[in-house]
Amino acid sequence: MKRKKTVEYSKWGYIFILPFFVSFFIFSLIPLVDTIRYSFYEYYRSGLKQIGPNFVGMENYVSLLKSDMLKYAGNTMILWIIGFIPQIVIALLLASWFVDVRLKIRGQQFFKVVIYLPNLIMASAFAMLFFTLFSNNGPINSILMSIGLTKEPIDFMRTAFGTRSLVGVMNFLMWFGNSTIMLMAAIMGISPDIFEASEIDGCNSVQRFFLITLPMIRPILAYTLITAIIGGLQMFDVPQILTNGQGSPDRTSTTLIMFLNNHLKSKNYGMAGALSVYLFIVSGILCYIVYRITNDDDDDGSKAAARKQKKAERRRG
Amino acid sequence: MESNGYNKFRTIFAHVVLILLSFMCLFFFYILIVNASRSHAELQRGFSALPGGNFLTNFKNVANDGTFPMMRGILNSLIVSSSSAAICTYFSALTAYGLYAYDFKLKKAAFTFIMAILVMPTQVTAMGFLRLITKMGMNDSLLPLIIPSIASPAVFYFMFSYLQSSLPLSLVEAARIDGSGEFRTFNQIVLPIMKPAIAVQAIFSFVGSWNNYFVPALVIESKEKMTVPILIALLRGADYMNRDMGKIYMMIVVAIVPIILVYLLLSKYIIAGVTLGGVKG
Repeated sequence: MKRKKTVEYSKWGYIFILPFFVSFFIFSLIPLVDTIRYSFYEYYRSGLKQIGPNFVGMENYVSLLKSDMLKYAGNTMILWIIGFIPQIVIALLLASWFVDVRLKIRGQQFFKVVIYLPNLIMASAFAMLFFTLFSNNGPINSILMSIGLTKEPIDFMRTAFGTRSLVGVMNFLMWFGNSTIMLMAAIMGISPDIFEASEIDGCNSVQRFFLITLPMIRPILAYTLITAIIGGLQMFDVPQILTNGQGSPDRTSTTLIMFLNNHLKSKNYGMAGALSVYLFIVSGILCYIVYRITNDDDDDGSKAAARKQKKAERRRG
Repeated sequence: MESNGYNKFRTIFAHVVLILLSFMCLFFFYILIVNASRSHAELQRGFSALPGGNFLTNFKNVANDGTFPMMRGILNSLIVSSSSAAICTYFSALTAYGLYAYDFKLKKAAFTFIMAILVMPTQVTAMGFLRLITKMGMNDSLLPLIIPSIASPAVFYFMFSYLQSSLPLSLVEAARIDGSGEFRTFNQIVLPIMKPAIAVQAIFSFVGSWNNYFVPALVIESKEKMTVPILIALLRGADYMNRDMGKIYMMIVVAIVPIILVYLLLSKYIIAGVTLGGVKG
């Protein structure tokens, strides 16, 4: 009887998931195949003339490696690290404070609302805002001069250090609230018994953080890290708007996606394709790691955590 | 064991850090609002912490500007964001229900496939996407910004986790016995149960689509179809020094304040929604 039922209704399963897969097939899979195909072709526009498509094998890949792509990859990494290191440190600190009952943080809800706010702001408008605020005759320079910190206005966007720091600060502000809330949920998922036991054993707050909290939230920490790397790889809006797509000064803040955007705008499909394939391979590897973390039958994330929990329980018992 | 004095010190330290960080988050928006309320001449004289009286004048200037159709941009953004939020949540819920409630041969394969592409960046297919929609005659149109959101793996995953925790299959059985068709069961029984999940994801996909810049900037060409982020980029590219700075600040206000207002109204649900179904702990 039951077997008959599954046969009878199974077609509805296919019908219900059909729109998703049709849409994915048309708008993601066909474009992906097309992208990969043209990465092997010489295919660009020079003036009004269209060159190609002529098959050139791996030439696009080779010439990308010889071009500034690696420099842009380095830029992307630097910009990401400047934002991510303070972001994860502050997020871990805040998350452990928020869940620590003995700290008695007042106005928790207010702080959470405020620190999450920048995450929802339009990145391009945020970058435009920073551009006007930090420009030579903008309010930040005006404040710095009026309190006597500097005589001449500081040209933040003239130096690589200044531009990169601004991008880093924006990324930090936009993401530390999100990470705090994610990590907070992770810490709250730890059994309170473990914390109580550690307290009886005379564990102080620093030990508790490094020996219990940190190891216990490792799976979510790993998830946060990998998704942040994928987000960093996609970094575009902030540096693009802040530097008007120039990556100035001297393309030191040009990211990989800005590079891709330039090829797409100039309709150099061969190069854009090859660059996309490089990005696809890197993000494919990262996706695989996320897949392993988010699925139960993984052996590096949750099971390891479960083992640790058991160990902690045994130690306690 | 820690002494009370030590804990007191930690409490004070934590509050100081929190207040500093909150100040950092709010400070820039405060300057933005203040500057958006001052005239160009006042802004040239340097920064002042107090707002001026030009808020409405600046707003009118933005609304009536023909070269930067900001109001038109907001309308376009609203159309794109609400349509994608609607179809993204509906079809994600449908897909999640299809994979949750039914048994079929390809069920596991389909689920594994969606999980594998969960965090795949859209940028890697942008080139093929651009060529495809040009071939389909959909370039410079809002449609390619809306329709692809039918397939949103992350929203699907959220819906699927929610169904696992809150839809007993016996309910579906009962509906069947009562003679309800499969589609009707989904629309009239499952959807209402999923309302909280749909609301949270609708907000997130609305915001995501409202803020999206990369793909729209490649697809949209004509000014009257531009969404807000493209207009902001256009503003950045223009020779801004000769323009009315009060107006520029007001344009940024117009771009981000609607989202902030929605956020302040719904912050409780939004913050709770950040972690729901994000990762299995």
